[in-house]
Amino acid sequence: MGVSEVSAGRTGVGLRTLQRPMKAAQERRTPRPRGVCLAPCTFATASWSAALLRRFALTLALLILMPFGAHAAKIGDLIQTNVLEQALDFFTFREPAVRFALLGSMLLGICCGLLGSFIVVRKMALVGDALSHAVLPGVALGFLWNMSKDPVAIFIGATIAGLVGTGVVTLIKQTTRLKEDTALGLVLASFFAVGICLLTMIQRLPTGNKTGIDKFLFGQAAAMGADDVRLIAIVTALSILTIAVFYKEFLLTSFDAGFARATGFPVQAIHYGLMLLLAFSVVVALQAVGVVLVSAMLITPAAAAYLLTDRMSRMLWLAAFFGMAAGAVGAFLSYLGPNLPTGPFMVLGATTVFVIAFLFGPRHGVVMRWWRQRSRAQRVQRENTLKSMYHVLEAREFKGDGVSMRELSERRRETIEEAKQQVGQLRRHDMVTLQEEGNVAFLTPSGWQLACAIVRNHRLWELYLTNAAHIAADHVHEDAEKIEHVLGEDVVRELERRLEYAKTDPHGRRIPSLADMRLGGVGQERTDELVGYGRRP
Amino acid sequence: MTHLNPADAPLEVHDLTVAYHKKPVLWGIDLVVPRGRLVGIVGPNGAGKSTLIKAAMGLLPLSSGWVKIFGQPVEKNLVRVGYVPQRESVDWDFPVNVMDVVLMGRYGRLGLIRRPSKVDREVARACLDKVKMLPYANRQISNLSGGQQQRVFLARALAQESDLYFMDEPFAGVDAATESAIVTLLHELKDKGKTLLVVHHDLTTAKDYFDMLLLLNMRVVAFGSTSEVFTTELLQKTYGGRLTILSEVAEAVSQKAK
Repeated sequence: MGVSEVSAGRTGVGLRTLQRPMKAAQERRTPRPRGVCLAPCTFATASWSAALLRRFALTLALLILMPFGAHAAKIGDLIQTNVLEQALDFFTFREPAVRFALLGSMLLGICCGLLGSFIVVRKMALVGDALSHAVLPGVALGFLWNMSKDPVAIFIGATIAGLVGTGVVTLIKQTTRLKEDTALGLVLASFFAVGICLLTMIQRLPTGNKTGIDKFLFGQAAAMGADDVRLIAIVTALSILTIAVFYKEFLLTSFDAGFARATGFPVQAIHYGLMLLLAFSVVVALQAVGVVLVSAMLITPAAAAYLLTDRMSRMLWLAAFFGMAAGAVGAFLSYLGPNLPTGPFMVLGATTVFVIAFLFGPRHGVVMRWWRQRSRAQRVQRENTLKSMYHVLEAREFKGDGVSMRELSERRRETIEEAKQQVGQLRRHDMVTLQEEGNVAFLTPSGWQLACAIVRNHRLWELYLTNAAHIAADHVHEDAEKIEHVLGEDVVRELERRLEYAKTDPHGRRIPSLADMRLGGVGQERTDELVGYGRRP
Repeated sequence: MTHLNPADAPLEVHDLTVAYHKKPVLWGIDLVVPRGRLVGIVGPNGAGKSTLIKAAMGLLPLSSGWVKIFGQPVEKNLVRVGYVPQRESVDWDFPVNVMDVVLMGRYGRLGLIRRPSKVDREVARACLDKVKMLPYANRQISNLSGGQQQRVFLARALAQESDLYFMDEPFAGVDAATESAIVTLLHELKDKGKTLLVVHHDLTTAKDYFDMLLLLNMRVVAFGSTSEVFTTELLQKTYGGRLTILSEVAEAVSQKAK
């Protein structure tokens, strides 16, 4: 088995894993929850504030130290008793391969989440995709350099290929009439094709240790060694440091590049700095996620974070956390069976987060929006029913108290069943009480007041439109039907003042006043002129 | 210190030519703007109004000519330049709030790496207050109306505490209240000795808003005090061929002359 040979040569991890699959699985099982806990433990306690970036850097330093500690443990394979080791044992797995896979994937998630946030707000998502595909020939060439899977050679080769790809995109954009999306598509496909050809060629070579090279397509975290994780840690640290130090510059140039240049910031340099970091992170992510899906790790956690918050700093935190969680999930799942690719699992983990944000995000979530619209529609429905009850009472000059279902259904041009259902809604909100087997509804004080308020809003608005906007009296009803549900009390007071406390609307009907609402509602000092609620026979 | 010398104009443009894809947009522009003036830049669509202010700030490559800000090359004196870009030039769904945007006005003074301090926040708050947007400080910017967005941009420019301001269509798509508030603010700035160049597209108000006008159509048609420059003849020259606008404005001019 190819993986084992490569990693056995360097780390001895893969071979052991494969020789003892059952035992390893058992060992893995116990500490796993602690590993998961690492993510929430580190980040959930952090409240949102810019000052916490420093704590973040500290956490990172700890994370970076881990692979070196893990490496030491592996060589000695002894239980060391220093504090750092104990802490690491607490937070990580005993099995070094799991440690590498988990740590590498989580660090990658942080790195991709942070950079991805800027990629998303700069509308450069396709650039990440093109870049990740463009690095494949570089991976192959890096391998051919000394016919082994040397992380550093591959890193250099891939970075160069990525930068060449980006350069070609710029060249096409500047020298032809083609626009950026087309240029990106061209580069993405052609570089990827070259990469696949080279990989196929390598697979057919008679010599050299070519194992594991195919893992670059879909990634396998389990094949990561200490060198890979160290590279990832360095790139992640570099990304975090750069973003922490130049946060202000990244924010400004992403939001308003023109203004940034006008205030003297080197916009181009900042852009290329970001692109370089992006290239680095894509390259180190290849081992774990694979060429095909790296861009998803850049975009998906950041996109989910974008849906959940309106502040860039929070978006960075969230995206880093989501990326880290996705990395952990991907590493776990792919470790469950032999030769499962990590990339798809990581991406699926991130996508799950995105779908949840998409559906249940408090402000922009689809379900939440639907729920808000639904409760608004129900409120409007209730208010319309109350208004109809008022109209029924008004039609008989407020003589008699209850409103029968027949009257209401005639008024609303609906069936009696529909009227009953709507009154049932009102009863659930204590707007009415029902008597005579649910056939007659009586308004409660709150129901009466709301009914008055809606009718008042409607008629005030009609009057305002005819008086102030000089709209004909037969044109104002439709508008008032909508406005009556959204007028606040402050606007109503203002309308009343402007209309000089008018008593009747353009159609000559009485506009309920505050006094009417109170008199009818409370039932004291009742006048025969206007009584809607609780009148004795 | 050169900028203490009153002879150094806030903006001096010499033989400025700017081309997009080798097609000149501005051609041989000469301009000396005196201190403490409120200058309206007026001209038809495609006259190069925005291009002129962008080129003056060094945002565009020049085909020829040079620009001096207070007697110095523009890139050395950017800290004395404030800028209000067109409102459409940014994505208003960007995850920042009003305060974040206004603080960006301080970034130029901070330079690289340094973070905004308490003082910067105080300045930003004062600027927000000046445009009556302080209650919206924590609003996400996508929840603002067009007029409010423009006020935020204006507050950001105020936070720059510059001496020379370039504003690109600050009145575009704003409500009447915002428009009059902006005009008041521009005059306040002028009275403090600041120099302002404002791209403006509405000829009917240009006469009342600005004390100097720059009539532009690829070249400088005329530059001078509003009363001298706002004449039917010069406007005709500026808007040559655009008869509908011209006849309306000519009508307005002749009526005002009566």
